[in-house]
Amino acid sequence: MDPLTWPLILAKMAVQFVPVWIALGLTFALSWHYRRRLGLYGQLYDSSVGRLGFAIVMFWVFTALFADLIVTHDPLAQLSGMKNALPGAPVKGSEGTWYLLGGDNLARDVFSRMVMGARRVLIIAPAATVIAFMVGITLGLPAGYFGGKLDTALSFIANLVLAFPVILLFYLLVTPEIRVTGIPTALAAVLFLFPVIFVAVLLNSRYFTNPPRRNLYVGASLALGLWAYSGLAFNMDPTGLWSMDPNLLNVFVSVVFVNAPTVFRIVRGIVLDLKSRDYVAAGQTRGEGPWYIMLWEILPNARGPLIVDFCLRIGYTTILLGTLGFFGLGVSPESADWGSTIDDGRRLLAIYPHPAVVPALALMSLVLGLNLLADGLREESMRD
Amino acid sequence: MLFFILRRSGVMVLTALALTFVVFFMTNLTPNLEKLAKSEASVRMSDDQVASWLDSHGFTRPLLARYGEWLGVVPGWTHTDASGRVTGRCIGPDRAADAAPARCGVLQGEWGQSSVFKRPVSEILARSLGHTGWLMLWVMLVMVPTALLIGVLSGMREGTATDRILSTFAIATTATPEYVSGVILIVVFGSATAGISPILAEWGWISGRTLFQGTATSAMTKITFWNFGLPVITIALYGIGYIARMTRASMTEVMTQQYIRTARLKGVSFAQIIVKHALRNALIAPFTVIMLQFPWLLNGVVIVETLFNYKGFGWTLVQAAGNNDIQLLLACSVVAVLVVLVTQLISDIGYVFLNPRIRLS
Repeated sequence: MDPLTWPLILAKMAVQFVPVWIALGLTFALSWHYRRRLGLYGQLYDSSVGRLGFAIVMFWVFTALFADLIVTHDPLAQLSGMKNALPGAPVKGSEGTWYLLGGDNLARDVFSRMVMGARRVLIIAPAATVIAFMVGITLGLPAGYFGGKLDTALSFIANLVLAFPVILLFYLLVTPEIRVTGIPTALAAVLFLFPVIFVAVLLNSRYFTNPPRRNLYVGASLALGLWAYSGLAFNMDPTGLWSMDPNLLNVFVSVVFVNAPTVFRIVRGIVLDLKSRDYVAAGQTRGEGPWYIMLWEILPNARGPLIVDFCLRIGYTTILLGTLGFFGLGVSPESADWGSTIDDGRRLLAIYPHPAVVPALALMSLVLGLNLLADGLREESMRD
Repeated sequence: MLFFILRRSGVMVLTALALTFVVFFMTNLTPNLEKLAKSEASVRMSDDQVASWLDSHGFTRPLLARYGEWLGVVPGWTHTDASGRVTGRCIGPDRAADAAPARCGVLQGEWGQSSVFKRPVSEILARSLGHTGWLMLWVMLVMVPTALLIGVLSGMREGTATDRILSTFAIATTATPEYVSGVILIVVFGSATAGISPILAEWGWISGRTLFQGTATSAMTKITFWNFGLPVITIALYGIGYIARMTRASMTEVMTQQYIRTARLKGVSFAQIIVKHALRNALIAPFTVIMLQFPWLLNGVVIVETLFNYKGFGWTLVQAAGNNDIQLLLACSVVAVLVVLVTQLISDIGYVFLNPRIRLS
């Protein structure tokens, strides 16, 4: 068989992505039709930048979802004779299959690894960002609202973490030796507690006046939260449903740790601005508790900048994860995540560029999409 | 003003102490020390031997005492072995036990010995910082004017085609981390098989095999455009987008101000308005951003020096961290932390100087 030419490679890739095209088409058609009833999400469709960004982001989300259908080969399989194969090279010994984007230095399919890498990146980055936001919000709200010594202490700690060069922190936190000392577990124990606290306080302050309902909601969220907490932070979930690979936990915790102080500062700044508003004074006069005012009066009004920052921060987290992979920190050598694939590929960059360029372009497009989406959201949320 | 600077410096020193203590704690964890003992003495040591080696090298003292020793405020450890030979922190091959000073730490200018390079840390650090200094100089020379130009050009007439094109470029560069842009730039300009170099070589426009060099190793002895271009552009690109966006935001805000309209109504030409009225006020915010960009540049430096094999500060940091070189890593982190803190201080003070509306008390 002859190697494929570039138009054919692109066509074959487009065919592989058919599930993504269908899902994208459906999402856009439905959202476009109902966009007037969908709030901020619907408004997003009014800005071309927002539409473009959302399309790119959703392309990667659907790629991650349907990765099993899209891949052409097992991303870990090493086929003989395919080492550093050029894009479009036919697979030796099996008729009608190609390495669409070539093979890497271990003779694995670059295309399939790129697709599988999307799944890993799109699970870790948003999850880490959500946790970082929960930590930042839970600490930033009281720091801004109460001020005083609490604010001074928390701000000092946040500035301390922010003054730490990210790369140094990664090198110190994400090494195999450090796992023995239990520091990542301790950090995880602290950081993963915040989502549980956040949800419990959120529900408690809302349904405080209705004890039966409050008990039900808070009890259920605590039970569920602590169950996940025990599994994720300590790997002690009796059912084994919640667990995290210790390597991954290491990476996850350090990424959350780096992001949380910035979110804290943003939330604190917004609260300082919003707490002099009339609706806050009205709530105080009604006799609402401080947490109700913070979580149900101030937080919803702060959503605009927070949503925008959330999008940007997922992109930033993706970059951080890539940095970790690039330095070979905390990932298994088999892993298909983009950062470590770039690192693998850069050794032979001058001779065989494709194994590094493919994940590099993938990462760039995802972060670009998130940035455009954030820009679109900012534009639209400023309008009202 | 003086009080403000004093207070900020006080907080800065406190932060620096806290951060270096954290780094000291993290690098002196038991597993790291055991690894150090095995790499320094013998790989096949038993656990008892490791413990006695650590004891005889002062690693079993309390953590705070060791941090004080390293800092130079606590007298260094001494150890007398069975034969009566005295060893100690401040005692070395070139300094006898009775002549050695009591304290030797960072405050005395003694940074210790690198366990990987087998040379004094201060020497390695000075050389690598020199290399990185050249890199940073060129990055700044490329990044700041380009970013300000892009920001001002796109901000002075909001919504025009120029604005849209430049803004898109700015967003694209902020979305491209150094390890991505570096890889792409090497492939396009520095690869003998891909990109534009093979075409140029075929046409006979370049004498070598590639247009730019894919590594910056030769730049350590002599910097040329061809061996230093790619690393400088790689670091600068990421910063350009960010600074340009900040400049644009501040420029668009200034352009809506009353005094700009007044100037236009007076009949001042557009170019004069931009240069005389708008720029001065629009460049306050980017100044802070440029200063605060330094910590991130540090990240870029580490990535780019690794990618281009340029043996500067970032490369040294990676080597120290990867090879468990405790003294060198500590020294690197002191430098890194100081860079971050000093730039924060300068950006705060500079902001006050540039913007007379800010009152300190």
